[in-house]
This record gives sequence, C-alpha cells and structure tokens, in this order.
Amino acid sequence: MSVILKTHKLRVEFRSREMRQGVKVALNGLDLEVRAGEVFGFLGPNGAGKTTTMNVLLGFVPPTSGEASLFGIDVRQPIARQRIGYLPELTYYYKFLTAEELLRFYGKIFGLTRAEMDQRIPRLLKLVELEHASKRPIRSYSKGMQQRAGLAQALINNPDLLILDEPTSGLDPLGRMKVREIIQRLKNEGKTVFFSSHELGEVEAICDRVAIIHQGELKVVGRVDEIKKAHHSNLEQAFLEVIGYQPQTTP
Amino acid sequence: MKNIFAVAGVVIKELYRRKDFYVLFIVTILICLVMASVNIFNDSKIARYLKEICLLLVWISSLVIAVTTTARQIPAERENRTLLPLLAKPITRMQLVFGKFLGCWVACGLTLLCFYIFFGALSATREHQWPVLNYFQAGVMQWFMLGIVVAMSLLGSLVFAAPSSNSTICFIVIGGILFVGRHLDQVATSMHEPLRAVVNALYYIVPHLEFYDLRDLIIHNWPLIEWKYILLALLYATAYIATFLLGACLVFRRKPVN
Ligand SMILES: Nc1ncnc2c1ncn2[C@@H]1O[C@H](COP(=O)(O)OP(=O)(O)OP(=O)(O)O)[C@@H](O)[C@H]1O
Ligand SMILES: [Mg+2]
Repeated sequence: MSVILKTHKLRVEFRSREMRQGVKVALNGLDLEVRAGEVFGFLGPNGAGKTTTMNVLLGFVPPTSGEASLFGIDVRQPIARQRIGYLPELTYYYKFLTAEELLRFYGKIFGLTRAEMDQRIPRLLKLVELEHASKRPIRSYSKGMQQRAGLAQALINNPDLLILDEPTSGLDPLGRMKVREIIQRLKNEGKTVFFSSHELGEVEAICDRVAIIHQGELKVVGRVDEIKKAHHSNLEQAFLEVIGYQPQTTP
Repeated sequence: MKNIFAVAGVVIKELYRRKDFYVLFIVTILICLVMASVNIFNDSKIARYLKEICLLLVWISSLVIAVTTTARQIPAERENRTLLPLLAKPITRMQLVFGKFLGCWVACGLTLLCFYIFFGALSATREHQWPVLNYFQAGVMQWFMLGIVVAMSLLGSLVFAAPSSNSTICFIVIGGILFVGRHLDQVATSMHEPLRAVVNALYYIVPHLEFYDLRDLIIHNWPLIEWKYILLALLYATAYIATFLLGACLVFRRKPVN
C-alpha cells in the first residue's frame, strides 16, 4: 500500500515574546506514515501537538527540522495540497454567508465549474444534513451545524486525503454518529482519512490504525486491537498508560 | 484571477449584508435631506452652501466606510480562523490580498455611486440641471483616492495587530495628508536642516489625497478639468495602490497563519 502522508523526524519549535522560557518544543522527532485508503486516528492529550502536526502538513507552520510530505510531495510546495480536504478546529465561518454560498465560494477557489457545483453542493448539504438550513446565514447556525458546514467545505473538492482536526467536537451523540458514518463512507469510496480526536470510543469504532503522541513525541502506533493486546486493557486504559498517568491511590 | 474575484465577491456580500453600512448611509442622506428642507429662501448662495455640506458628509462617510471595512478584513479572517481553511485551498496569499483590495474598492465604488446619484437628485431639485460629467470627474477621482486609502488600510491591517488601532492610525494619516499635505513644502522652508529635509522628503513621498478633492468643481459648477490631468492623477493613484498592495503581500507572506 502506498504511503500518502509521511513525516520524518519532524520537529517544530515555537519562539515568542510572550513565553518567558524562550523556546517551546511542540513536536520532537515525529515519524508518521499514513497509507492509502486507511482511517488513521491521531490521539494525544491537550497540547500534545496534534494541531501543530496538521498545521505543518498544511504549510501553515514551517518545520524547524525534519520533513513532511503529502502524496510524496514536500508540504512546502502548495501543489501538495491540491487533493486534500481540511477541517480546522474551532472555526467560525463567514457569518453573513449561507452554507450554500460558503460552499460556492470554496468551490470557485478549487476551480469547479458551475455545473459541477450545482451537482455537488446539494449532495454535500444533504450528506451533512444542512439542506433545510442551506439558505440561512451561518450566523443563525448552532455549533454543531457550523461544524457540519465545516465538514462539507472539507469535501467540496472531492479530496483523496482528509485531514480533520477534532471533527466531532461540539456534536451531540447523534451528530457524532453521523460524522462516523460519513468517515466510514469516505473510506468505502477509497479515501484516506487522518483525524485527531479525544473520543476514544469512536476512534476504536472506525480507525484502522491509531497513533498516540504525548509532548510532541510519538508513543505508540498500530492497529487498535494490537495496542489493546499489548497493554492487556481497553483503549482508554492503554492511552492513559502510554501518556504516563498514574492512578491516584487514596490513603 | 478567479480566486481574486471569489474573495472580492465575499467582501462585497459582507458589506451589503451588514447593518452599520446602511446606518451610515441613511444618516448621511437624512442629514442632507434635513439641510435641504431648511433652505427656505431658495437663493443661489444657500444652494451652494447646502451642496458644500452634503459633499463634505459624502467624503467623510465614504472614508469611514473605506477604512473601517478594509481594516477588519484580514484580522477577522484570523480571529474567526477562516484563514486556515481558506489558505489550505489552492489560493496564494497574494491573491487573497488582491481579492480583499478589489472587494473593498468595488464596494466603495458602489457606495459612491449611490451617494452621487442621491446628491445629483437633491441638487437637481434646486438647480434644475444635471452636470453629469462634473459628477463623473469628481466621482472617479474620489474613487481612486479611496483606492489609495483601501490599499493603505489593508497594509496597515497586516502591520498593526488590532483593527481599531489600525483604523485610528489610518484616519490620522489621511486627515493629516488632506489638511497639511499640500502645505508640507512651505512648512519645510521654515525649518532647520535635518528636519527640513525630512519634511521635504515627506512632501514628495506621501500620496497627495487632496489632489482628488474636486468638490469645488461641483459646488461652483466650474468647467471640467482637462481629461489628460485626470488621467495623470489616476495613474499617480494606481502607482500608490500598487506600492501599498505589494507591501501588504510582502508583510503577509512572512506572517504565521495562527
Ligand atoms: N503559535 C504558537 N505559539 C506558541 N506555542 C504554540 C503555538 N501553537 C501551539 N503551541 C504549543 O504547542 C503545543 C502543541 O499544541 P497543539 O495545538 O498542537 O496541541 P493539540 O494536540 O492540538 O491539543 P488539543 O487537543 O488541545 O487541541 C502546546 O503546548 C501549545 O502551547
Ligand atoms: Mg488541537
């Protein structure tokens, strides 16, 4: 199977005036490989470096050292991002546009023709269940609806690789299940999905493989059942063990 | 090019869906109408006075709309984090800057068009004439002046962090240029050396926005300005617009996204 997303000894340091201690190492020698057609879960506690990794892959943050590539093309080249869909975390889309206009705007940037958009946009709105609200400004959407509009914009170019940063955050159990179904459907269409999440249950249900990172370092990578077997427990216990959590014993 | 138009389209949609724009527009028109109604004597001096005040209001409102709309564009993209999904798509930062500029500039142009039609109608009720070409010259010149202002605010929005401080600085700079810009060379002659050279240089560097103020042409019904001078002024404005936009692209290129 071909490798679609790869990082090699990826290191990212942040320097800023606000931080008195000087340099903050967000990623430290991260090696990742995501293969074509798999659903890959990217786990780690808050501040582990998941979003930073995605920012490097999208070219927003330059790596301090090491390499990252998409489809075998270095992420520094914009062409590497032609065939990806990206859902950032916590985005408040243009409030004054409707979901349909938002998708049209992004579609234009991908160079879709009017006919392609006329065909694709209603389908996407139906997929994320926003067709009833597609003519309303995004200002009037609930958090979950905004998140689903975000998912639709990530799919507008019919991408081969999806990079989703916490796609189910802010969704209710039903909404989460729907996102799971969408991811499953994308997998069946042969797409690759790389997503971060804090919901271990859903990760367990849909991921082929997962990686757990902690403080910018890769701790574990592999199939969910292998990880569970290696730690003789469920994924949550394994996760806590990997990040070095010691259960408090009450005296 | 299609990316630039797509971004510009969103800016224009934003402008006409926001309330503050209509508020400013309606307040300006209301003030003009009230002024017009108090004119009971209907002699030519008062008509002129009325036109002067209306045009002043149009100038101020269009500057306020231009600066405030432009200044918040890119900071809002950053704040709402829409910059991330946008830049993850096949669009360059340069196209984004040009699209934002085009959108704000066209929006200003549409606003001006509305203002001038309203103004033309109002003064036609007094003077029973439509000096369309005078309006056209004054309008186009004002539009290009707003182009410089928009490009400058766009650059400012990338240099200064907060949109409010950027707007304030832009208003101060624009006000400064409009009021003292044309006198800077005279100011320089009264100064001593190092400062004199600085002020003199400033006189040649700043975009002379006051060139574009053709209000008198309409107020006094003066004959048209020769078109070649208008053309020259528009070229001068285009040079400044291009310089500011290139500056904005350079600053934006180095900026981290988040
Ligand atoms: N622009 C920045 N400047 C300075 N430090 C940063 C910056 N962005 C991220 N960091 C730091 O890098 C580390 C990794 O952050 P990151 O956002 O990648 O975490 P995350 O795994 O996505 O966490 P979460 O689950 O909370 O989203 C954090 O310690 C954070 O403080
Ligand atoms: Mg994150």
